[in-house]
Amino acid sequence: MDWQALWLSLSLAAWTVAILLPVSILFGRLLATRTFRGKGVVEGLVMLPLVLPPTVFGFYLLVTLGRNSPFGAAWQGLFGHQLVFSFEGLVVASVIFNLPFAIQPAQRAFEAIPTSLREAAAASGLRPLSALLRIELPLAWPGVMTGMVLTFAHTLGEFGIVLMVGGSIPGETKTIAIAIYDRVQAFDMRSAATMSSVLVAISLFTIAATFALSARMGRRLDR
Amino acid sequence: MTLRVTLRAKAPIPLDLTFAVGPGELLALVGPSGSGKTTTLRTIAGFWRPETARVEAAGITWLDTEAGVCLPTHRRRVGLVFQDYALFPHLTAAQNVATSLGDLPRGARLREAEQLLRRVHLDGLGHRRPADLSGGQKQRVALARALARRPDVLLLDEPFSAVDRATRERLYGEIIALRSDLEMPVVLVTHDVNEAQLLADRMLVIDRGRVVRDGTTAEVMADADALRAMGIREAAVMLPAMVAEHLDDGLTRLDAATGPLFLPRIDGAPGTGVRVRIMAHDVILSRARPQGLSAQNILGGTVTRIVPGAGPGVLVHVAVGDHEILARITRRAAADIGLQPGDPVHAILKSMSVARDHVARAADDGRQG
Repeated sequence: MDWQALWLSLSLAAWTVAILLPVSILFGRLLATRTFRGKGVVEGLVMLPLVLPPTVFGFYLLVTLGRNSPFGAAWQGLFGHQLVFSFEGLVVASVIFNLPFAIQPAQRAFEAIPTSLREAAAASGLRPLSALLRIELPLAWPGVMTGMVLTFAHTLGEFGIVLMVGGSIPGETKTIAIAIYDRVQAFDMRSAATMSSVLVAISLFTIAATFALSARMGRRLDR
Repeated sequence: MTLRVTLRAKAPIPLDLTFAVGPGELLALVGPSGSGKTTTLRTIAGFWRPETARVEAAGITWLDTEAGVCLPTHRRRVGLVFQDYALFPHLTAAQNVATSLGDLPRGARLREAEQLLRRVHLDGLGHRRPADLSGGQKQRVALARALARRPDVLLLDEPFSAVDRATRERLYGEIIALRSDLEMPVVLVTHDVNEAQLLADRMLVIDRGRVVRDGTTAEVMADADALRAMGIREAAVMLPAMVAEHLDDGLTRLDAATGPLFLPRIDGAPGTGVRVRIMAHDVILSRARPQGLSAQNILGGTVTRIVPGAGPGVLVHVAVGDHEILARITRRAAADIGLQPGDPVHAILKSMSVARDHVARAADDGRQG
C-alpha cells in the first residue's frame, strides 16, 4: 500500500475542489443568468475535456505548460522550477480538466432559480453579493456540491492526464491511480488490489455522504 | 411622496407614456396583454431600462436616461408583489419578511417581521416555510415583505391572478383595509377590470404602449374608448354602501346613498362599508316607478347624460343622490320612452345580477367612496 500516493491523490483532489468551488459558482451563475456574444463558444470550450481523450488533452497541456511555452517559462522564472512534472502542474491540469464537471451542475442549479426570486432579492434591498450568499447560493447549493463531488472523485481516478503532465515522480506526481498501474506492471497484484479497494471505499463514502447531505437540504426546502 | 414616470421605447414593445401617482393613491394599469403594463412596472422597479425614461419617486430620481442616472433595484425603495409570489423557498415566512428589513439592527428584524405578519393576519405562521402555506397566505407574506422595505412606491404585479376566487376576494379586502395606512403611491397591474374598479382610485388604460385614458375609475369605466381598449363591452359603476342586515331568505340588505339594495348574501357584519360594482347592462330604466315588478332594487334619480355608442345602444348616466349609475339600453328604447337629460327616471337592478366578487369591503375611512 502506497500511502504517499494516496495522500498525494487526496491533496490533489482537495486543491482542485478548493480552486473550482468559487470558479464554478462564478462561472456557473454567469452562464446561467447572462446572455452575451460567444456564450455558445465558451460553453463548448468548457465541455471540451469531456469529449477529448485524456492523452490528447494531456499532450496539449504538456505543450502549453511546458518550459518552452510563455506560461511555462514565466512560471519557471518566478518559482525556479518547471510547472510540468510538478505537483503544481498537476493541480493546474486537474483544474482545467475538471471544469465541465464543476461548472455544468452549478450552471443547471443557477438556471433553475426563477428570475423573479433574483428580482425579489434586489427589491428587498439586498446588494448583489448578499443576494448571492443569502438567496441564490443556498438554493443552488445541491448542484454546486454535486459538481464538487464529481470533481473530487474524478480527480482521484484520473490517469492519462496525470501521466502526461506529471509523469510518475514519487511524492510529487505519483498519484494512487498511477501507483496501482505501477504495481500491476510489477506483477504485485496484492498491492494493486489493496489500493484499488481503498479507492473504491473512499469514492463510495464521498458519494454516500453527499447524497445524505443533499437529501437533508432537500427536506429542509420541501418542508 | 409622488411617483412620476415618463417612458419612451421602441422595443420590446413600443411605449410612449407619462403619468404620475400621488401619495396614498392606487393607480391601476389596465390594458390587454402586450400593451406595456408589465414593461412599465419593470422599468419602475429597475429591471428594465428603456431608451428614454425618467422615473422619480419621493423626490429622488431613480432613472433618468438623459442625465445618465440609473439606480440599481436594491437602491430604489420599491415594494414589489409578484404574480407568482417569488418567496424565498429556503426561508421561513418571518425570514422572508426580515430580508427586506436590512436597515434595522439584526436583533430587531425578526420581531418587526412578526409584527408585519400580524398586520396581514398571519400571526403565528412566521415559522412556516412557503411550501407549507396556501396561495393566499403566500401572497400575504409577499405583501408583508414588500411593506417591510418601507417603500416609496408599492408595485403590485397581477398579485391575485394565481389564487382562487374566494381567496382573491379576501385579499381584496386585505388590500382595501391596508390602504388607509399606506402613504406611498401604489401601482397595480391587472388585466381584470373588475379588480381594477374595486381597488383603484384611478385607472390608466394603455393600449399598444400609449395612454388611452387616464382618469378616476368612475370616469374611465364610463368612457367608450377606454372600455374598447380594455376589451370589454360593459361599463360599470361602483356604489358605496353599508351592510344593514342579513335576511333569513339569504339576501343581505345594504344601505346605499341611493336607498336600500337587496343583494345575495354578502360577507361582513352589519355596519361594514362595502362597494358594489353595478354593470350598465344589468340596469333597466323606467319613467314611472314600477309596480308589481320582481326586481327588488329600484333607485330613483335624474338623467344627466345620454351617450350614443357605436352600435344600437346608448349609455345613460343617471344621478342618484351624490352618485351616478350607468344604464346600457338600446337607442330605440331611449327614444320610445323619450329620455332627455334632466328627466326623472327609475333605475332597476336585479338582485341576483350582482356577482359576489363584484362587492368589496370599503376601507374604514371610506376614501374609496
